[in-house]
Parts: sequence; structure tokens; C-alpha cells
Amino acid sequence: MPTTTKPKSKKHLLASGHRACAGCGQLIAARTVIEAMGPNTVIANGTGCLEVTTSPYPESSWGVPWIHSLFENAAAVASGVRAALDSKGVKGKKTRVLAQGGDGGTFDIGFGLISGMWERGEDITYVCYDNEAYANTGMQASTATPWGSSTTTTPSGSGKSIDAIGSHLRKKDIVAIALAHRLNYVAQTTVGYLEDIKAKVKKAIETPGPSYIQIMVPCVPGWKFPPDQTLQIGKLAAQTGLYPLLEYENGELTNVMKVPTKTPKVDNYLKAQGRFKHLLENNKLAKEQIKYIQQIANDNIKKYGLK
Amino acid sequence: MRQILEGSQAIAQTIKNINPAVISAYPITPQTHIVEDLAKFKADDKAKYTYVRAESEFAAASIVAGSSATGVRVYTATSSQGILLMTEVLYNIAGMRLPVVLTCANRGVSAPITIWNDHQDAMSIRDAGWIILFAENHQEAVEQHLLAYKVSEQVGLPVMVNVDGFVLTHTYEGVSVPSTNQVKNYLPDYKPAKGAFLDTDNPASFGAFAAPAYYMEIREELHDALVDSQKVLKREYENLKQAIPEVIKQSEKKAQVNNALIEYYGPKNPTTVLVAMGSLVGTVKDAVDEIENNAGLKAKLNINSVGVLKIKTFRPFPEKEVLKIIQKAKFVAVLEKAVSLGATDGPLALDMKATAKNETLAKVQSFIVGLGGKDITKKMIDKILVEIKKPGDKMKFINK
Repeated sequence: MPTTTKPKSKKHLLASGHRACAGCGQLIAARTVIEAMGPNTVIANGTGCLEVTTSPYPESSWGVPWIHSLFENAAAVASGVRAALDSKGVKGKKTRVLAQGGDGGTFDIGFGLISGMWERGEDITYVCYDNEAYANTGMQASTATPWGSSTTTTPSGSGKSIDAIGSHLRKKDIVAIALAHRLNYVAQTTVGYLEDIKAKVKKAIETPGPSYIQIMVPCVPGWKFPPDQTLQIGKLAAQTGLYPLLEYENGELTNVMKVPTKTPKVDNYLKAQGRFKHLLENNKLAKEQIKYIQQIANDNIKKYGLK
Repeated sequence: MRQILEGSQAIAQTIKNINPAVISAYPITPQTHIVEDLAKFKADDKAKYTYVRAESEFAAASIVAGSSATGVRVYTATSSQGILLMTEVLYNIAGMRLPVVLTCANRGVSAPITIWNDHQDAMSIRDAGWIILFAENHQEAVEQHLLAYKVSEQVGLPVMVNVDGFVLTHTYEGVSVPSTNQVKNYLPDYKPAKGAFLDTDNPASFGAFAAPAYYMEIREELHDALVDSQKVLKREYENLKQAIPEVIKQSEKKAQVNNALIEYYGPKNPTTVLVAMGSLVGTVKDAVDEIENNAGLKAKLNINSVGVLKIKTFRPFPEKEVLKIIQKAKFVAVLEKAVSLGATDGPLALDMKATAKNETLAKVQSFIVGLGGKDITKKMIDKILVEIKKPGDKMKFINK
């Protein structure tokens, strides 16, 4: 097996020495996830920053068995791993299966395979690290890209039409789609709350059957902010109501993190990131967008009872 | 035990008795009977495997990749558009050196859409790094599936067994399927080496990212492994012949050579060699026999001596074995149910010409036949025997 590599360190399940950027939200979240899953876990990983930065041949940062096949098939590979493990029979504690990928692999190209995995009801935890674009290839828009974000395929511009604002499509609601598959555990969180990530992963693995956790992971070069701001931006995303912390058990919304009484305005979140810089300009089109994004946050606060 | 079985039934029963741990598939004509039979065995408690229903061929290939990497024996089957949809995963499976076994019930590709047989689907993964076998009849399909598992698990390469859609999958003939005990005799339980599969006791990473310093060497190693697998194929074919002789396709009297890689049917040192793969070989043998038995026809076609070369292993391409057969021939006609659009010759003919180059004076010519299920008649084969003697070696489509 020429490309099979051994972990560099046995101390950490996701060891340092990987090639991710300083302040990478995805790596912080992924480390938190695998530490909560524990060593008795097999990971199926989709192509993306997390895969590229942790598995440069002949090294690997992973202290658990880990497989990367393709961009879009982490879910199906995980199904195969689950079936194989189950066919071998349970030796002591049941081995867990974690499928993980970015928002491109989850919302877009791998979406059909995730639906297939959920329908089969297999005991697999799927984690989506959502940095709201194809960050690995240089910040192109995905269907997780939010309204008003400038990406390299939805660039902001000097024109007068709506095209000038960057992305002008609403983010796809995968949480709702997961619930439509009757998953017993569905949660959303951000890298701003590492303890929340841990708690949600633990709940996901305790719940039999498939579970879905979506974690917002700010991307330093893609979102354009200083590397020491990753967790702060993750916190603001939740506190504004734009990316609420949610937990559904057996289809019911059972837990949310309330937004502060004095809820921060979306401007605070937007101005912290270069990808929204064009919305802070003094023109009518930009101002309308900020109003609209504030409305999205307000709607979330109402919909999920965040106050 | 010899039974009258549909080709798909023979394959499904063989797979059941080989007992892979995980089967995953998505239905597509003409592969359906195989996967339906495998599902039914499970429903009737006649099989132990886990049958994972996939939502696409892409998923089915990915599922068996995941299971194989976890260290268990796997199986999948598909056809045509299904192979095309699987392609990205099939390349990946070979690159990761996973011993996946796949049956391709051969069918043409769209557009125009067709459900009927040819080999264009198989040719689409010619360069993917798989061992690619073609079966002439039901018995050879059974033989090749046993061989596939035995070789694949030894050399760490995936194997695709091709059976002509409808011609083999939906027809009935006498065939011997190995019993579970016979299989066990030949094919031991699959036990991958420690650290060579996804195992929490020995964590390893699969599917690394390779920078230019490593990538090319890794691909070269894959090529070398594929070429070297010829030895293992030949050895394991002989072992199978010893272990379960009745599952080997019986050697015809006129077959001078029959191993895992090729079969040669005809006289020593033939003037003309007809080359083909899969079920078409049966028709070609029949046409040649008819010529031999009909002095008038033989004279009319101006045939001196003609033999039939069957390519059983298309990848790795058995150039040495092939050369031995065509070395002294004057004319080599390659009949194939596939076309490499825009190329000078059909895919098999390209390999044949490369093999012949500088090694024999024989003229090698490409004849495209039977695309999308078009009947290949003995009359067409007679026509090819005339065409091959004409000047020039340009590829020809033989439609009637």
C-alpha cells in the first residue's frame, strides 16, 4: 500500500505540524471534533483544506484511521466503512464512524451522497465545516455562501446592478434538509464555542443512527481578517443571530443559545471581514444589503426563539 | 454441479459462495439480474454479506471503496452509464490499491442511448489501473470471478470482469458454479496485513496528498504492479485448474493455448489471425470452423490457415503472449465492439499494432463491429477475412 502513511504523533488525534494557515477555523474545529469522538473512531474525509493540509505524503497528522477518497464521496465511503466494521462484529466498544467535509462537499457536490447515507439510517456522524465558500481553491462561491459575500466567482463590483454586491443568493438550509430525513440528532454551532462543539459531538455519538453537525469555521485568507480574530468572528456570527447555535433531538428544537439582550448588530460582524467590505461603502445599494442581512438575523432570532 | 443457469445467476451464485463481507450496487440494465439475485439470497437467509443499497453507481463504488479500505472483501456490479458515473471512484480505488472486484455487464454508452451490448463502457476505464478481464461464456465468467478475488487480494489491485450484456447475462447454458467449500479450498479468507487497512488498533491514513516529489513515482509503481500481475494471473489460473477443475471453461480441441491471459484456437502458425474479446469469440470460432469444414467457402475466401486469438486479460495487456501467436502470421484482423473516437484504430487494435510493431511483418487492421448490439454475423466475419487481405490498414466499420 504505497500511499498509506502512519501518524506523526500518537499524543494527539489531530497533531500539529499540519500545513493549515495560522488561525484556521476549520483545523481548530476538526481537532475539537476528533478529540470529542475519541481514538475509537474511523474518519472518512472529503477533499478540501482539512484533507490537503493534514495528509501531505508521506506524513499524516491523524492519530486515528483516516481515509480520503474524493471530494464528493465522504458520506458513501463512511457507509462502506460502517458496513465493513459491522460485518466484522463488535469487539468491545463499538467503533465510531465520522464523515467530514467542507461546505462545498456537503452543500453542493456531495449532497446526493449525504442524502443516500441519511436515508439508509447508518450510525455515522457527519460534520460539515462551513467556511461558506470553496476556500481551498481560492474562495469561490458555494451554495453555503451568504448574501452579500464577495467571493472570486461572485465578486463585488463597481456596477449598479445587484451583481455588484457579491453573492445575492440565500444560503441553502441544510439543517432543514437533514431534519426532513428524520435524523435523530441535528445541530449547528460555530468555532467560537469549542465547548459547545464538544458537547454536540458527544450527543451525536450517543444518539443511534445518522447525525449531522454543521460548524461555521471562519477562513482567515478567504474572509480576510487577522488570524487572532477567528473565534471572535465565530462568536459574533452566533450572537448577531446570523449563525445561531441550534440543537434538534428527534426532530424537535431542544436547545438554542440565546443572543445577548443587547444583541450586536450585523454591522459589527460584517465590518470585521474583508469579504463584506464593499457593503460598508456609502451608497444606497450597499446600505440596502446591510438592512437585508440584519433582517435575516432578526428572522432567525424570531424563528428559533433566540431571545 | 453442472446446472443450466442464466449468466447473471451463475455470477450471482459464484459471488454468494465467495461470500464477500459487503456488496453495494445500483441497478442498471443489463446488470440488474445479478444484483437482484444477490439481494434475494440475502432475503432468503442464504447469504451472510451486508448488502448496501446505493443511491447511485457513484455511491456504490464509494461504498465498496470504504469497505475494502476497512479490510473486508467486497463486490459491486454495473454497466454502461454506471461505469461512466463510477469512473472517478474507479481511478481512486486503483490508486489506493484496493482489491475491489466489479462485474461489468457490458453495454454501449449514450448518446444515442442504448441498452444493448458493446465494450465501449469497459474501454472508458482502460487507463484507470484496473485488471480488466473479458469472459467468452458463462463458465469463463465464473472462472474469472474466482480468479479476480484470488489475484486482486494478492497484488492489491482492483479487477473488473466483463460479461457481454444480454448475450451472457440473460442467456442460459450449462455451467458449473463452485460450492462454498470448493471456494474455501481455493480462496482463503481475506486477511489484509496489519496497518494496511482502517483499524483503530493500528491507525493509518489512506488517500494522501502527493506533491510532485512523490506523485509520479507512486503512479509508476501502480503501472509496474499492474504489468507484474500477469505472472500472478497465470499462476492462479493454473492453481484454480488444480483446485476446482470443473469451474474452468473447458478447453476446446482446437485450443492450443489457454491461460489466464489469452486463448488461441486454431492451427499452428496461422496465416491469418482473428483477434477478439468476450462472447464475440464464440461467433468467430464458429465462423472459422465453418470455413474449415467447407472447402468451397475456404477457396472462395482464399483462406490458407486461420486461427482465433482471444484476449482474456485486456489490462495488463499480455503483449508477450500475443506476440507468440501472431509472430509468423501475415494478417491480423482485430474485431472489436468498441471505438476510440477520433483515433486511428479501435482500442484493442492500438495495443495489437503496438505489440506487432518491429516484431512481426504481419499487417494488423482494426475492424469495428457490433456497436450498440448490432448483430455480428458469420457473413461479416467472412467479409473481414477478405478485407484484411486488401492493401492498406485503415480502421473499418463493418455494419453488414
